[in-house]
Amino acid sequence: MSNASTNLVALHTIVRREIVRIMRIWTQTLIPPAITMTLYFVIFGKLIGSRIGAIEGGFTYMQYIVPGLVMMSIITNSYGNISSSFFGAKFQRSVEEMLVSPMPNWVILLGYVAGAVARGLVVGVLVLLIALFFTSLHVVHPVITFLSVLLGATIFSLAGFVNAVYAKKFDDIALVPTFVLTPLTYLGGVFYSVNMLGEPWQAISRINPILYMVNAFRFGVLGISDVGIGMAFVVMLAFVTGLSVLALQLLKRGVGLRS
Amino acid sequence: MTSAPALVVDNLRKTYGNGVEALKGISLTVQPGDFFALLGPNGAGKSTLIGILSSLVNSSSGDARVFGVSVNRQRSEAMKLIGLVPQEINFNQFEKPFDICVNQAGFYGIPRRVAAERAEKYLNELRLWDKAQHQARMLSGGMKRRLMIARAMMNEPRLLILDEPTAGVDIEVRRSMWQFVNAINAAGTTVILTTHYLEEAESLCRNIAIIDHGTIIENTSMKRLLATLDVETFVLDVAAMPAELPRLPGVSLRRTDEHTLEAEMARSHDLNSLFAALSAHSITVTSMRNKTNRLEELFVRLVEHGRNEPARGGQEQAA
Ligand SMILES: Nc1ncnc2c1ncn2[C@@H]1O[C@H](COP(=O)(O)OP(=O)(O)O)[C@@H](O)[C@H]1O
Ligand SMILES: [Mg+2]
Repeated sequence: MSNASTNLVALHTIVRREIVRIMRIWTQTLIPPAITMTLYFVIFGKLIGSRIGAIEGGFTYMQYIVPGLVMMSIITNSYGNISSSFFGAKFQRSVEEMLVSPMPNWVILLGYVAGAVARGLVVGVLVLLIALFFTSLHVVHPVITFLSVLLGATIFSLAGFVNAVYAKKFDDIALVPTFVLTPLTYLGGVFYSVNMLGEPWQAISRINPILYMVNAFRFGVLGISDVGIGMAFVVMLAFVTGLSVLALQLLKRGVGLRS
Repeated sequence: MTSAPALVVDNLRKTYGNGVEALKGISLTVQPGDFFALLGPNGAGKSTLIGILSSLVNSSSGDARVFGVSVNRQRSEAMKLIGLVPQEINFNQFEKPFDICVNQAGFYGIPRRVAAERAEKYLNELRLWDKAQHQARMLSGGMKRRLMIARAMMNEPRLLILDEPTAGVDIEVRRSMWQFVNAINAAGTTVILTTHYLEEAESLCRNIAIIDHGTIIENTSMKRLLATLDVETFVLDVAAMPAELPRLPGVSLRRTDEHTLEAEMARSHDLNSLFAALSAHSITVTSMRNKTNRLEELFVRLVEHGRNEPARGGQEQAA
């Protein structure tokens, strides 16, 4: 058996196991984001949004926030999937099943990231379908839309993986989303255009990676963005690269995994 | 490659992050096809050694080679040759035994169809097939241990390592486990097991290493070890040392200094006949004590420990 086919079987095994897990606990993985986002659409989009009127480029407030909310669910679900699944494997020690196998580290990482991205995509599609009950959308740049989703989900899968590697108890994977991820998302231009902010808040907002993901995705769907689209992709690719290197380094050193 | 020993451990040391020196330079060799016991009390360093062999623990220095393949330098290649049954339950309790086995094979790159056949074979042989589609947390303690053996067989390893697989498992289950492992060994797989049950090592293993405080204190064949243990040595203080030591049947006498003799004999040998024989040669014994050695002390501790061990009950974890 060649190395490539061995690795492919191993990769497939992890991805498949992740997807089985998502489906096994679908009431925890798929339903909550659907409910949360429905509430956002009702409250912010319909009730409050109807009083705001057109926000930018002639879009209703509902249309404006849909891309942001979809990206927000993709981010939180990718992150949540990988951090709880990988930390769970550490906690139950079943991670040892992978660590004693010949599987190289990159296969472990890629497998978990692919599983988490899959969860993000499924949730994203679900939320988008719900959004269509409230407003009409037609995607302007399908390729950019897809790539921004893929990169956004990948970045937060990698970040969630790093979180799980360092985590020693369940609190450690619950606190980061609460104190880091959620604030960054709210400040990442999901609900407003950063152009509405004065300085220095506009400049500060531009160091938030989520801003670039939300705007790249909004550009894909609506054709408008607060940031240059090229810049957004450069930032996202930089994060993918940096976090991948970090995650592989942690795996190689066995941080939190091999004593 | 085929003539390389199944395992060569070369001056392995391990100091954990908290400063505990678990292994203080261990070396040993296990030949292909052997059934090898690693015996030692709790905290001796057995699991640490096995952790290093299976790449779960990073050694501080030294190396190990599995059929000539270095664990440090060719981790992946070495891991392909090993099957590990760890001391603690370490599968996902919410998965099914069948999936646990098939996924494990997947990590080794074994295609799903082959993996499914093997899972059926080994779960059957370990009498778990009727539980194959239940959640693993529903299994009894003994079944969980057997599941870990089945899982370790999925890559059909040339070296099967079992870390205290029978701790807390009742006698009957233990017997059936040993039947399975014996058959695997007879079919050519080298087996290393750790235990702190002396009888277990005795009835199963051909060769043995005894480890205590991170050091190997004995490495020999089971036969020779048992012979050593069957012998008792007494230190005798004598009033006057005879010019020439008498030859006594069943006893070997040794002079250690001006006033002391050492008498080595089988435990079954009676002392009356020893004293009678010594009197007959006009040797007066003024006092006598039992000579203890490290091995004996260790065995006393092991045996005491074995007695305190509950006969039943698993290693169930709260998780
Ligand atoms: N992860 C760890 N961190 C720190 N010390 C450890 C760790 N694992 C084991 N030890 C210590 O190393 C020594 C050897 O332990 P171990 O290898 O588990 O022994 P055994 O398996 O023979 O009972 C013990 O003193 C134990 O407390
Ligand atoms: Mg142990």
